[in-house]
Parts: sequence; C-alpha cells; structure tokens
Amino acid sequence: MNRRDFAKLVLAAGAAGPIPFGITRAAGQTRGGILNTVIQPEPPILVSALNQQAPTLTVCGKIYESLLTYDFDLTPRPGMAQSWERSPDGLTYTFKLFPGITFHDGSPMTSEDVVFSVTKALMEAHARARGTFARLASAEAPDPLTVVFKLKAPFAPFLHAFDATTAPIISKALYENTDLRQNPNNARAIGTGPFKLKEWVKGSHIHLVRHEGYYRKGEPYLDEIYYRVIPDAASRAVALESGTIQLTQWNDVEAFDVPRLKALPNLDMTTKGYEFYAPHLWLEMNTRIAPMNDKRFRQAVLYAIDREALRKRVFFGLGKVATGPVSSKTRFYEPDVPKYEYAPAKAVALLDAMGLKPGADGKRVTLKYLVPPYGEMWQRVAEYVRQSLGKVGIDIVLEGIDVGGWAARCGNWEFEISAPWTYQYGDPALGVSRSYISSNIRKGILFSNTAGYSNPEVDRLFEEAAVAQDDATRQKLYSQVQKILVEDAAVAWLMELDFPTFTDKHIKDLVVTGSGVNDTFARAYRA
Amino acid sequence: MRMLAGLAAWIARTLAVILVIASVNFALVHAAPGDPAQVIAGQSGASDETLLRQLRAEYGLDKPYAVQLATYLGRVLRLDLGYSYRQQRPVLGLVLERLPATLLLTGTAFALALGFGILLGTLSGVRAGRWSDTLIGLVALVLYAMPVFWLGLMLVLVFSVQLEWLPAFGYRSVGATFSPLGQVGDVLAHLVLPALSLAAVYLAVYARLMRTAIVEVAAQDYVKTARAKGLTRGRVIRDHMIRNAILPVVTVAGMQAGALVGGSVVVETVFAWPGLGRLVFEALSQRDYPVLLGLFLVMSVLVILINMLTDLLARLIDPRIAASARAA
Repeated sequence: MNRRDFAKLVLAAGAAGPIPFGITRAAGQTRGGILNTVIQPEPPILVSALNQQAPTLTVCGKIYESLLTYDFDLTPRPGMAQSWERSPDGLTYTFKLFPGITFHDGSPMTSEDVVFSVTKALMEAHARARGTFARLASAEAPDPLTVVFKLKAPFAPFLHAFDATTAPIISKALYENTDLRQNPNNARAIGTGPFKLKEWVKGSHIHLVRHEGYYRKGEPYLDEIYYRVIPDAASRAVALESGTIQLTQWNDVEAFDVPRLKALPNLDMTTKGYEFYAPHLWLEMNTRIAPMNDKRFRQAVLYAIDREALRKRVFFGLGKVATGPVSSKTRFYEPDVPKYEYAPAKAVALLDAMGLKPGADGKRVTLKYLVPPYGEMWQRVAEYVRQSLGKVGIDIVLEGIDVGGWAARCGNWEFEISAPWTYQYGDPALGVSRSYISSNIRKGILFSNTAGYSNPEVDRLFEEAAVAQDDATRQKLYSQVQKILVEDAAVAWLMELDFPTFTDKHIKDLVVTGSGVNDTFARAYRA
Repeated sequence: MRMLAGLAAWIARTLAVILVIASVNFALVHAAPGDPAQVIAGQSGASDETLLRQLRAEYGLDKPYAVQLATYLGRVLRLDLGYSYRQQRPVLGLVLERLPATLLLTGTAFALALGFGILLGTLSGVRAGRWSDTLIGLVALVLYAMPVFWLGLMLVLVFSVQLEWLPAFGYRSVGATFSPLGQVGDVLAHLVLPALSLAAVYLAVYARLMRTAIVEVAAQDYVKTARAKGLTRGRVIRDHMIRNAILPVVTVAGMQAGALVGGSVVVETVFAWPGLGRLVFEALSQRDYPVLLGLFLVMSVLVILINMLTDLLARLIDPRIAASARAA
C-alpha cells in the first residue's frame, strides 16, 4: 500500500474539459427527429435497478441515469454529479449533483434519492452493485445537492461503480418501504434520463419520448426513440438494410452479415462504445476434472488454437486476440505476459510430456463442450475449437442446450468445457478478479469462478490491488497477477470481442462514451 | 335426455383430459434443466446467492415439488393461470393480449390454405394427367418442400426490400396515425406476407389430399350416374364430387389446426408478429413457468375446441357419421 500523503485529490470535471451543460450547440445539431432501433430479446421490465439483463440495460440507459459516465478510456465524466472528490485516506467520496434534475413524474431528484437507491434499492435487488456497495459504512445527504459516501475500507474502483447500469437512481418517494419487485410504479419506469417511457406494446415495440424537464438544457436533440422487437437475426439485418431501423447494437447483427452491411452506402459502423464492458471470450476448462487440472493441458489447448484465424474466419475480422485475463481496452492491461502463438507441435509435446498418449483411434482424451446458446456465432466458435483441438488428439463432443440449461450447468460446475464471455466493468476488481479468486468459487452462481482455478498468490495480488490507493501500485500488482494467470493458463483466453454498432449515416453523435449504446443518447441528433 | 347425458360425459372427459395435460405439462416444464432464476442470472452478467434466493422464493420454487403441482392444479380448476413474476403481469392478461394477433394470423392462414388447397386440389383432380394437373402438383411440391423461415425471408426480400409494396415486420405501422379504416388496411398489409408464409405448407398438403380424393370419387358409380342423367359438369363436381371428397381434407385440417398455432412460432419470429407462438418460445427459453404452463393449457383447450368443431363440421357435411354414431 502506498502511504504517500495525497493532496486533496480532486478528480472532478476540471480535468475533463468543458462540462457539456448548457453549452452552445455545434453547427448542424438539430432538434427533432425519430430514431428507430431494435431490442432483442424483449426486456421483462424497464427498471434497471431490479433487472440487469442486457436488453433491459440498453433501453434503461435512456430512462435512468447515474452519478457518472465514462469516457472511451474509462476516465470518469460528469453524469448527474457535476463534481466529486476523494479524501486522502481513500475512505470518503463526496459528490455534488447538478441542480434542477427532475424525475419523469415531475418531482425533483435530490441526494436523498441517491442515498436511497444506493443503500436500499440496489443493495436489495442488484447483485453486481451489491458487491461494491456492501463496502459502504455510511451514505449521507447533508444537503439536497451533496452525497457523501464513507467506505469501511479503501476500494480503488469505487468511482467506476457509478455508471447507469450499475447504479441507476430511482425515486425514493415512489419506492421507499415497498416491495420493490411488486411496486406498481415499475410499469411506469420513472427515471431522470433524457427519454421517458410513453408506451410499451409487449411483443411489438417500446416507445420513448423526450423528457421535457431534462436538466441539460436543449437536450436531448431527438424527439422519440422506438425500440422494436425483431426476434430473427436475418430479419434485423433486412430491417437495417431497408432503413426501417437506423441502429443496431451488441449482437443484433450476426458477424457473418457484417461485411455485407458494412459495404452499404447508407450505414456507418463503429466498434467503439463497448469499452466499459470490454466483453472477453474464453474457453473455460473445468479444473476439477482431469486432465484439465494440469496446467500443461490448458497450455496445450492455447497452443493448439490459431486464434488469429478464429478472429478472421469466424468473427470476420472483428475484435482482437486476447492475451490474458484483462482486456487491452480497459485499465491495468499488461501486454508483457507469456505468449501462446499457434504452435500445434508445442501442444503435442506438452500432451506427450503429460503422458496423455493417443489411443489407437488417435484420440488422447474426449471432452464435452457445452455450447453457449446465445446465437449462431458461438456455435461456429465451438466448431472451430473442435477442429483445432482434434488435430492434436483432443477429441471434442459438442453439446447443444438452451439458456436455462446452460446457466444451470455452468453454475453448478456440470460441464467439462464451455466458452463464456463476461464484461470487465471498467476495473479488474469489478469484472476480472471474480473469475479467478478462490473466495469466489461458489456453486450455483453463474459468472463466479466456475472453472475452479485456485492460487493463493493470485488471491493475494487481486486483494491488494483492489484496495491499493494509487494507480501505479495497482498496475504493478495487476501486471504480476496477469503474468501468473497467463503462465498457468487459468482459462484459454480467445478474444476481446468487438460488437458492430451500425447507424444510419444521418444519425450523429450516438456513441459518445465508453458505455456506447447503453448510454443516454441525449446528444444524438439527426443531420 | 340422451343428448344431455352425452354432453355431460363429453364435458367430464374433456376436463379429465385437460387435467392430465396440465400435469404432464407441469412435469415436462420442470424436468428441463435450469430455472428462471438461473436464466436471469445468465443474462445479467452477474449474480449472487441473495438474487437466486429472492427469485426462487418469488416463483414458489423453494417449496416441495408435490406442493407446487397441487397448487398449480388447484389454480387451473379455478381458471387462474397464475402470475408472471418475470413480466410482472398476470398470465391471463399476457395471453389475452397476444391471442388476437395469433388468431388473426393463423385464422387467415388456415382459411387461405383450406380455400386455395381445395380449389387447386379440385382443379388438379378433375384434370388428372393433363399439363395443368402436373403444374399444380409441382407448385404444391415446391411449397411443401420449402422451409417456412426461408420462404418468409424471400417474400420479405422481394415484396418489402426490392418492390417496397408491403411492410416486412410487425402487425401495424409503429408511430403512424391512421383513420379507423386506414388502420384496418394497415394491419391487413402487415398480415399478407406472414399469412402467405404460414399458409404455404398447409395449402400444399390440402391440395394434394383433395386431388387424391377427387380422383377416387370420380371413379365412383354415383358420379357416373349423375353424369348419365345429364347433369352439367359443374354441378357434378360441385354437388357430387367435392361434397364427398372434402371429408378427409376437413378431418386432416382439423387435426392440423392445433399444429398451426404451434407452427406459427417460426413465422411470428421472422415477421416480428406479436403472437402467442413467440410468447411460448420466449417463455420457454426464459423458463417463465407460469406463462409457459398457462400457454400450454390455453393451446390444449384450443385444440380440443377445434377438434370438436371439426367433428360437428364432418357431421354437417356427411350426415351418415351422426347416424352411425347413434346406431352404435
């Protein structure tokens, strides 16, 4: 732990340049217009404090806001908080809110709502937020525009827990002392965001309209947003092509459609705006089962897969080969780790050295691969892996299953190999360590340390890095832990996934933060 | 008196069938691995024990299996379909909201398939062996062999993307305002492509069935007699051939009407048509037990009703069936 005496550390907007508040509009930004887009699958409810499924978060990003937003490099930027500071001991965080923020029902949003949301609502209903906010000793609202959080112990990524998907603010007046999940206001979806819910025709579309009382004057520029439910991937691509919708996000469009759509003159494509999530794909091997308990086997798997070819052929050039547990898009990435180039000969040598000799049929071992049921791409990844590993004598049998079955079997460790992808949430302590530390080996819980990897040194380094005060110290610890994990091949990292965001050429400034399409769209406009 | 007793027996039988179906549904649904709590966790990117416990308690999954089944059957008898915690709505409301769209789509498709199937089958049958018969047979075969989702996408590509005549998705124009009449027209325009896609396979089946039946009937003595006594060709076909040939088609169609409701899943998915089929599919993948069970029940009741209607229709077309039932 670095014990240097910090000057009062002001991490506020001053460093971030002009606050986009009441600014004069740049030329060309026009008020008005409708954005048609797609949401799939349809969210169950539109309250992100209570449901954090991916589509819920995308739509709710327009309806609810949190205290901060994050730049493409994950630097905190003002959200509903205009400035914030951290005490030298790293225990107290003070946020100043913008004045004049109102909920969609017209009532003012104050620091009381923030304290209620963080300490009551999210603690009760939001698994990921609970992990961070359980560290709070207290949360206070000394005046309507000031919130003071006190931590029990320092927690370095605290400032990365205030994006709208982790800490959406809901109204204390509407939710206090109620059964949150049964609250009738859930159907109204009352937030403070630039767009409010007008109509939701189940199975058809969600209609959002501008919140006239939005506190950033002049914003949002768009009048309306329609999220249309189009369940079939091919139909979504056609809708985009024909101009029926002007935006697709995440995996709305399958990777094999990307080259074709990219060539269309009416569309723009970007892969920016997913930095906060930095989705990371890996091959998870259940280390409770031989031979996957042997790190030589896991290393052999990494050598046997030509991940660059996987990127080119299966993902059509989208994304980047992952070199280790931390995504290069996020903070504390360490590039100098052991390398696993495509070298089937090395894989064979490792497997031979283990004594895992091929049988008469050329197979050394047969393992089952539980294919994630999230779309055609994951089936293709599975087939590619089967081909690659087959060449070095590792026989793979693919098992198909639906979402419910996949979640149950991965969570309960009833799998041999699978390929999950997880988000990194802006900080290794929030999105990376959970997959490797021993204390997070929890049966029945998906996205915990389901591979069962356990290493006391790794546990210690992650723990120290989470509470260290300055970034230099944290970088040192995270670099160390990345080297160990990669040497151990805790899992076989495959790809830093890129998702294509297609927008109509007339839609501008849609992706402006590291949360991209999950952000507010307050500054998006039709040119 | 006899008829009342028959009706009572029919109702008792139907109720028993529904209860058995409900129990089997319940067992099947719960036999699939994974539960709603895990699905929600699987799509949230994070979860913990507290979340799983809360969700399972909400769904009543923390109670013993027998208690859950008893509670469910009790509710079925009271016509209470339960509550979807996932969607925060009573299941009955969810089903009723989607039912009109499905009835409109499957009803239209069924009418199209039956109408054109009988027409084409008859045309084909009375011209057996001629070139027009071969042509109709070929078209029917192509329609029969074509996967529904592919046909749907091709129709969209041609009529929506290329020609821009018809809308490709949804059941009405989103964000547009129409006069009441315009609204009907708008829904009809949206209905054309999905109804055609769904009708295609069934149309082919009915056409081939009808053709076979017509060819068979044409060789019967009473048809020869009718011709011999000087009836026009049209009257022979209409009154003597179709009336007799149509019975097997109606029977098969009645059996398939149930499948039509289930088979609309694919069409509803391709055309983003907000019907029951998609609700079933979504509820299944999300393990939304109350919705799934409610839908299965509603569909089985629909199938029973359609079968009853088919029986009645068969008796109307051929009074001999009712007579033989009485004799037995």
